[in-house]
Amino acid sequence: MSALWITVLGASLGCYILKLIGVVIPKSFLEKPLVFEITHLLPIALLSAIVAIQTLGNGQGLLLDARLPALGASLIALRLKAPFIAVVLVAAIVAALLRYFGLAA
Amino acid sequence: MRATAGATWDQTRSEISRNALSIGVAVATYGVSFGALGTTTGLSVLQTCALSILMFTGGSQFALVSTIASGGSGFSAAMAAILLGTRNTAYSMRMTPILKAKGAKRLLASHWTIDESTAMGLAQDETTFEGKASRFAFWSTGLSVFVLWNLATLIGALAANSIGDPKALGLDAAISAGLFALVYPQIKNKGQLVVALGGALVALSLASFVMPGIPIIASSIVAFIAGYIFTNRPSGEKI
Repeated sequence: MSALWITVLGASLGCYILKLIGVVIPKSFLEKPLVFEITHLLPIALLSAIVAIQTLGNGQGLLLDARLPALGASLIALRLKAPFIAVVLVAAIVAALLRYFGLAA
Repeated sequence: MRATAGATWDQTRSEISRNALSIGVAVATYGVSFGALGTTTGLSVLQTCALSILMFTGGSQFALVSTIASGGSGFSAAMAAILLGTRNTAYSMRMTPILKAKGAKRLLASHWTIDESTAMGLAQDETTFEGKASRFAFWSTGLSVFVLWNLATLIGALAANSIGDPKALGLDAAISAGLFALVYPQIKNKGQLVVALGGALVALSLASFVMPGIPIIASSIVAFIAGYIFTNRPSGEKI
């Protein structure tokens, strides 16, 4: 087996084991007040960080471009209780238009 | 995104199905870029597809391929992928009590525990139809993303050189907005808002100094600190 295959399969196995660890942790541990609070807050912190990096990240660094105004537009759509697909489309259209007219990178 | 309050189960189910499909489509645009990146980096079509089928966690897949593309060793590429995969442990800890899956279903639930399926599951009210809405949101999003992500990877891997610029269509912004729409309904009080903003701030302030991916993992510190503070607050007090 080539080195690249070992990397692909080994890393995939590692990632699956990480997903599985969360499943086998006993319920009694998850119900401890501190653990309960942290496991409820972790997805919020992680997903918010992903949104921030997906909006402003650029390799190892930050870049202010059409993505931020697009996210602003999607926030307005969310506040107006627009359906999911509309929130996503609004962002894509705003970013595409800003780039088409050369108003943002 | 949360299903409409007061709807019947059939209405809730079709609303969730539609959202799950939209997420799958948005993610697929990303999958095409992943497939193209994989084969242009030197992975075979089969290796690129194997990552989407077996690893099935986009962030880790991009980390592995970009580390190899930037000349990193196979070991460091695997470590980057695994490090980024740690957030799925947090997700599966959160989803396990909601899903109540057993046996083989439990193994599949683990495999499908990713950003999108978790966020969709948690975006529903856990008490709606005794948790059925949360479970259906997780499974339908998992299925939609799994099918479309793998299909998109294959297309991208085969057509690496003939794909247009996804940025011109605003697809990068669509991914941000999609995840934003999923985390937004989870923020229901000031404490959760502080954690969301804190997580974003930690990630952004580290982004210029460390390897891509690490800022996201580092944001988890905010959940640990806030969790400790909130637990030790006098009972009943909410900020």
